[in-house]
Amino acid sequence: MSIQSEDVLKIAHLARLGIQDEQVESYASDLTNIMGLVEQMNQVDTTGIEPMAHPLDQVQRLRPDVVSEKNQREALQKNAPDIQDGLFLVPRVIE
Amino acid sequence: MQWETVIGLEIHAQLATKSKIFSGASTAYGAEPNTQACAVDLGLPGTLPVLNEQAVRFAVKFGLAIGAHIAPYSVFARKNYFYPDLPKGYQTSQFDKPIVGLGQIDIVVDGEIKTIGVTRAHLEEDAGKSLHEDYQGMTGVDLNRAGTPLLEIVSEPDMRSSAEAVAYVKKLHTLVQYLGICDGNMQEGSFRCDVNVSVRPMGQEEFGTRAEIKNLNSFRFIEKAIAHEVERQIDVIESGGKVVQETRLYDSNKDETRSMRSKEEANDYRYFPCPDLLPVEITSELLDDMRDSLPELPAAKKQRFQQQYGLNEYDSDVLTTQRAMANFYEDAVNFADAESKLVANWVMGELSAGLNQHSLTISTSPVSAERLGGLVKRIADQTISGKIAKKVFEFMWGSESSADEIIEREGLMQISDTGELEKIIDQLMADNEAQVEQFRAGKTKVLGFFVGSIMKQTQGKANPQEVNKLLQEKLKE
Repeated sequence: MSIQSEDVLKIAHLARLGIQDEQVESYASDLTNIMGLVEQMNQVDTTGIEPMAHPLDQVQRLRPDVVSEKNQREALQKNAPDIQDGLFLVPRVIE
Repeated sequence: MQWETVIGLEIHAQLATKSKIFSGASTAYGAEPNTQACAVDLGLPGTLPVLNEQAVRFAVKFGLAIGAHIAPYSVFARKNYFYPDLPKGYQTSQFDKPIVGLGQIDIVVDGEIKTIGVTRAHLEEDAGKSLHEDYQGMTGVDLNRAGTPLLEIVSEPDMRSSAEAVAYVKKLHTLVQYLGICDGNMQEGSFRCDVNVSVRPMGQEEFGTRAEIKNLNSFRFIEKAIAHEVERQIDVIESGGKVVQETRLYDSNKDETRSMRSKEEANDYRYFPCPDLLPVEITSELLDDMRDSLPELPAAKKQRFQQQYGLNEYDSDVLTTQRAMANFYEDAVNFADAESKLVANWVMGELSAGLNQHSLTISTSPVSAERLGGLVKRIADQTISGKIAKKVFEFMWGSESSADEIIEREGLMQISDTGELEKIIDQLMADNEAQVEQFRAGKTKVLGFFVGSIMKQTQGKANPQEVNKLLQEKLKE
């Protein structure tokens, strides 16, 4: 499977990654190589093998339903570029 | 042309856990912004989710209640999209391996039972809240709600009218509260609904193109939004246009739906299994445990109320819609020594009216089941009349006193003593000879005058049956 420039641009946009025009082609070729590897793995006969949802063959440990976190708003908002009335402020997302 | 409406619903029920689905932050509603959002909820680098056991148990409980298949292994997946109230850039949800599989729910519309398929129900985390006003052109983000556990319940496209859709939503709303897995508070957003609506020519097999109406948070809005959307789609098609698959918002002020700005690359969520979470195993122990914890469900309770208490279908329905109401009723019947029909009338009449008037719920009722039962008991044994009982009820509303205490203190005991009543009647007849003559001349209507006078004189305490009997006898002498 070959990844084209427009695929790279679409994926970059979906992931909100800013990439330079001159990088597009090398990304396309790198991604095509990765897809080649995937294609190679797809050749392996996996008939009768149940797919795993996770590489670790274990199940999820569960946590008891207890409130264990205290309010740390002040500390957590220290790195925020802008706050007001306890809210994080971000560029406006709708008109 | 005749059109048929096809409706499918997605319901988001916030699970009534104390802490979040993947962190130990509190889920309590109404806290100061961002005081219940910890590092995990904020999606800070290096943090990892740990799944809340109670959320899993609640999901299983729901699945069992709708007769669904519970997946022995279910898998969390990442649904990727960017929005400021979703700090990680993905919502942790479930995709192709949800915890609850195909189940079903019966609804009743116009006396007909219809079975609605529930495709699936899966666990996921809620997002935070964005506030778009008042921040100098910026958007304010409150992440207290981020990470609150949700159960998303997806129906089959089995509903054919807004009435069916509303019946289904109400049924689920009752059910999740019965199970104690969701508080059902629609104003606070604990129970919200997205509606998928399409129309097709009657008799056509194939579905029409659907529109999704997001975030409806009242039964009335659901009904109105569907009615409006159906009309809009038919108009579009009949004027030669095509319905576009899109997300629409219902504006309750204007009573119309309008298109949300169409998102580019819409629905390209690129789901993949979440590497931070292992598959969730539902052991047979947990299944048994949840099976044992299932309460009597609304349909079964309704049927039992009809049989055990001799109530009609309507009364049973009203009394079992809320679990707290049903419990209150059964307690009151106990305290009233049976008299189930009379208790039903009082719970659905006087008590419910009082609660509505003061914007209270059955759980915050100032009159307890014990006190109401005690009151009904005194009506039944004729200590007081129904009319006086209303007076006693008013006293109860504003105090902690029992019916017996109030009857005693206010001297409201019914007068059934024949001797005492006779004395009153004799005096009355002596004072009103003209009316006595009228009665004896055949104007039996004046009986009302006598009864009224006696009631007035005894402040309503005279036993009405006894008064009638004695009056008839004496006037005819």
